Amino acid sequence: MNNDSSISNTLIKGSIAENIGSIRESFPILNQQVNGYPLVYFDNAATSQKPLKVIEALTHYYSTINSNIHRGVHYLSEKATAEYEDSREKAREFINAKSITEINFVRGTTEGINLVAHSLGRKIVTKDSEIIITAMEHHSNIVPWQILAEEKNAKLRVAPINDRGELEMEVLLDMINEKTAIIAMSHISNTLGTVNPIETVIKKAHEFEIPVVIDGAQGVPHTLIDVQKLDCDFYTFSSHKMFGPTGAGILYGKEKWLEKMDPYQGGGEMIQTVTFEKTTYNELPYKFEAGTPNIADGIVMGTAMDYINSLGIHEIEQYEQELLEYGTERLKSVEGIRFIGEAEKKASLISFVIEGIHPYDIGVLLDKQGIAIRTGHLCTEPLMERFGIPGTCRASFAFYNTTGEIDRMMEALEKAVKMLR
Amino acid sequence: MLSQEIANIEEEIVEEFELLEEPMVQYEYIIDLGKKLPDLDDIHKKEANIVKGCQSTVWLHADYENGKVVFEADSNTVITKGIIALLMRVLSNRTPEEIINAQLGFIDKIHLRTHLSVQRSNGLNAMIKRMKYHAVGFGGLDLN
Repeated sequence: MNNDSSISNTLIKGSIAENIGSIRESFPILNQQVNGYPLVYFDNAATSQKPLKVIEALTHYYSTINSNIHRGVHYLSEKATAEYEDSREKAREFINAKSITEINFVRGTTEGINLVAHSLGRKIVTKDSEIIITAMEHHSNIVPWQILAEEKNAKLRVAPINDRGELEMEVLLDMINEKTAIIAMSHISNTLGTVNPIETVIKKAHEFEIPVVIDGAQGVPHTLIDVQKLDCDFYTFSSHKMFGPTGAGILYGKEKWLEKMDPYQGGGEMIQTVTFEKTTYNELPYKFEAGTPNIADGIVMGTAMDYINSLGIHEIEQYEQELLEYGTERLKSVEGIRFIGEAEKKASLISFVIEGIHPYDIGVLLDKQGIAIRTGHLCTEPLMERFGIPGTCRASFAFYNTTGEIDRMMEALEKAVKMLR
Repeated sequence: MLSQEIANIEEEIVEEFELLEEPMVQYEYIIDLGKKLPDLDDIHKKEANIVKGCQSTVWLHADYENGKVVFEADSNTVITKGIIALLMRVLSNRTPEEIINAQLGFIDKIHLRTHLSVQRSNGLNAMIKRMKYHAVGFGGLDLN
């Protein structure tokens, strides 16, 4: 039974708000006590919670159709294969890709980026060419490019951000030239919440035929993704951030690039024929999917997409924006608070520091009162340096959170600040 | 041989925490200890003194005076400072042998590890280890 104050909600407009009670009931994990307080889960940017449909789909898979895929002629293997490929088609539709040959299953965003860095980067990045990333990137969208740049003796260039956490677009656009081999950037920042104008960057990049790789980990849970409209060359995201299971994700790539790229990993499935003298590779989308994949989670990622579609991504976005507004307004009342990331266009997360208090101390005391936020460098150490802070607190909201929960966080935060000052 | 003095201090700490009962009140106490712990001289806040394995930054400096190891420590987070204060109350100004042999049972008795997450209790372990290493290092001096 949910504690009343958790499902109290001052938001009333829209289908999410109207159904918040039953929505929260489909997320059984939310209904628990932590340290004697009802759980308030505000760490959705780290990982999201899963609705019953998703949890049950996993059990259903293993109870009814589990089998290895793409290789058997028996009933179970055909069922499992069909569901897996069905999930691939769901992903194609979800981001409006042209064809399933452009949809690759990966373990998550990090693997997606590494795949592109390895298979495309190795081919087109040359000595003295330039790889552009931004100052707000997650380590997963920094390190693969660093490794590549070092290997190829290429230059890694970092597009700067202003104090509000927005890209300095003029500088970035100016950095794009004939020397640029690849551009890699996040759609939405996991620390700042900034929604980047990636279409503008993509447009300029394409004048020079430069491929643009988008880290979509925070994009997909919050807003509609249309890769044809964005015209990005690659877009990669993780299932576990969008209410699906961990260990699955999608790398979208334009066919023209994927055809050019060498395989990422070698093994079964990604081959056409194998002899000791020579092996030929499978066609897309199987070329980049070596070995037995994460079948169950790949299938159930599709279930998570169905779930999001049933609520409506626009409804989700609107509701989350209202939570963001409410949370920001309430946090402003804390003396000495400083928001990290105040872009005009933001997703529903708020990073903040409080003067004279270390984020770790706040995180611990909030946890003791049942509030789950994240503290630390949030896998964006360069950003911490940029803002001159040892770490930050981050509250990240999903569509199953409520203003009542934000009120509880404020109560807990006020108590924590009082104890620590 | 376990030190009776250390055992007594540990007993004191356990009693103090038992009196406080509730976790939030215990945290208030830890925070208070942290606030009262004197800051470490900047000169000691060097790379070599940083205890690795902690989420917050922890500096630990050790001196050897009259056969006793004297610790000074600091952290950029108040809760960690409070925990350091507890450790120092037990381990500072003790002979190397006392420090090396200290069992530190009070940590489990006051449920400090359950207060801390696995990650943070790794930091706690790292601090204790470092203090004991210092003791081993200074203990070696006696043998000469």
